[in-house]
Amino acid sequence: MREPLVRINGLTIDFDTGQSNVRALHGFDLQIEKGEAVGIVGESGSGKSITWLGALGLLGPRARVAGSVRLDGREILGLGEREMAAIRGKRVAMIFQDPTSSLNPVHRIGQQLVESLVLHRGMSARSASAEARRLLERVQIAAAAQRLSEYPHELSGGMNQRVMIAMALAGEPDLLIADEPTTALDVTIQAQILEVLKEMRRETGMGLVIISHDLGIVAELADRVVVMYAGRPVETAPVSRIFDAPCHPYTRGLLAALPEIDGALERLVAIPGQVPEPHKLPPGCPFAPRCAQVNAKVCDETVPPMRAIAQDHAAACALIHTAKPEALRSLELA
Amino acid sequence: MTSAPLISVSELRRTYKVKTTGGWFSPTAELKAVDGVSFDIRPGETLGLVGESGCGKSTTAKLVLGLIPATSGKVVFEGKPVAADSKRAWREQRRRMQMVYQDPLGALDRRLPVGTQAMEPLDIFGEGTKVERRDRMLALFDAVGLPRTSVDRYPHELSGGQRQRVVLARALMLRPSLLVCDEPISALDVSIQAQVINLLKDLQEQLGVAYLFISHDLKVVRHVSHRVAVMYLGRIVESGRPEEIMRAPAHPYSQALISAVPSPRARGKERIVLEGDPPSPVDIPKGCAFHPRCPLATDRCRSEAPELHPFGEQRHVACHRAGVSITSARGAA
Repeated sequence: MREPLVRINGLTIDFDTGQSNVRALHGFDLQIEKGEAVGIVGESGSGKSITWLGALGLLGPRARVAGSVRLDGREILGLGEREMAAIRGKRVAMIFQDPTSSLNPVHRIGQQLVESLVLHRGMSARSASAEARRLLERVQIAAAAQRLSEYPHELSGGMNQRVMIAMALAGEPDLLIADEPTTALDVTIQAQILEVLKEMRRETGMGLVIISHDLGIVAELADRVVVMYAGRPVETAPVSRIFDAPCHPYTRGLLAALPEIDGALERLVAIPGQVPEPHKLPPGCPFAPRCAQVNAKVCDETVPPMRAIAQDHAAACALIHTAKPEALRSLELA
Repeated sequence: MTSAPLISVSELRRTYKVKTTGGWFSPTAELKAVDGVSFDIRPGETLGLVGESGCGKSTTAKLVLGLIPATSGKVVFEGKPVAADSKRAWREQRRRMQMVYQDPLGALDRRLPVGTQAMEPLDIFGEGTKVERRDRMLALFDAVGLPRTSVDRYPHELSGGQRQRVVLARALMLRPSLLVCDEPISALDVSIQAQVINLLKDLQEQLGVAYLFISHDLKVVRHVSHRVAVMYLGRIVESGRPEEIMRAPAHPYSQALISAVPSPRARGKERIVLEGDPPSPVDIPKGCAFHPRCPLATDRCRSEAPELHPFGEQRHVACHRAGVSITSARGAA
């Protein structure tokens, strides 16, 4: 069998708080094929961002990362800082929510782009600056030549995010991890950035991990979606199935809680309660205290594992698997 | 429908003098944050104000509350003009108009139990006896869905959604008739947002309070508002009932704004993507402020600024080409 681009197995992340050990990620498995776009959805504290920071060795000494992360079949967890640096930015690039703080405020845009081109592609300064200009044009920045000599504060937020995307593309990565790339931007600018990301994927065929709390953005960019809750994946399926046939009560709840731009105007169905804190997780299913369908006998006992429901569709809910078909139908949200 | 407006805002303007470059003696320019905004809000009604950053929606909120003085124009609240002068009359008015901001942690004192903070408006205005104040506070904690055990908690012990409930309880303590909500749910998680949206609607039904609801999120605005006003560069470009505006926006900017909202239900739909960023409010384009980004702009748009004029029933649009659809115009081209 062909090796996927990324294969993550049993990834766990613990934080040492001094007095105690807090587990923030409880076993995460995922495969990403070459060129595939995977969306990771979850609320704050769900572990959607730290999964990737941990996998790329960006979490610092307080975090203990265990499990396995393979890139093209090669284990990258526990690699030395040097080898890791050769992967980050080159094979796997990352962009974050706030582009302006990701750029160095005292260097010109061009200089920062040239730096990554020289570092990752071994270009000469002259050819790098020509390439930098070409990259800015690719992310549709007008007057690219002039922008190269400007500083990040002279550009708008949307423009800086384009620069970040250009910089991520500089290493010609196989995988781009975009962590809430449009959350800090206005809606019309967000639409521009989503177009750029789609265009870049069409052009380069790179894989994409899009991390967002916004189901709309994920629906737009991803082929497949992983829904996370309290440090665990709870459901994964192709994008159309997640939205048209969600199984896990949390996924259903999230979709019902979402206000819509059109259609009938109904009262929103809120999920009661709040996300549990990582050091106060319930013993059984982490969603059980908020779940409308909870069955005390099964749900409060053990954490349900991810199990297949259909092809490419899995969920971690005891009820889906114990319920008889007619009971499953009653799970259809009222 | 015919009741007198609770608050009436007419031709409100606020400009700031800014240096065009950073130097001490560099020339100043005029930044038009709010450029001639008019609207009414009736008792118990919600007006949603939408727009992107820098469009002047938060400045409008501050002007309405009299927190900053207007350059020109006027605000009349419950029949009396709102003067931003911190004098007695204004302080009396401020009992009746309260606000809720985006960041509840920033709006709360970290060193005081939340129950004490929520009672503060009553203490300041010397309302009732100590027992009565506490009863009022407990009643409002019940109304916003906070457990009574949380009264003695400190802000850091509560979750984001609970903190926003404390802020709401405090804002409602003096029985205001108007609540200005500036992005009240933007800092909350998706599953908590729905809780707070429902709460705001329930409170309105119970207490008859009117909202000026400011948000960049059109989906949320549609759910809470009776009327919507879309702002661009300090002006209202379209106003009307949310259902009609969201279904068939008449201003090209509203069209782009609504089509830009990503939604799981509308996957893969054709989207209007505007070129460029909004211009700086220091250098507002001549003619219609939207013309440099507008796919429908004509020569008239470049020279003559459109006024807000009636368009259909209860709708107003400021556009020379109001009602022309960008998508069908593109299809025809």
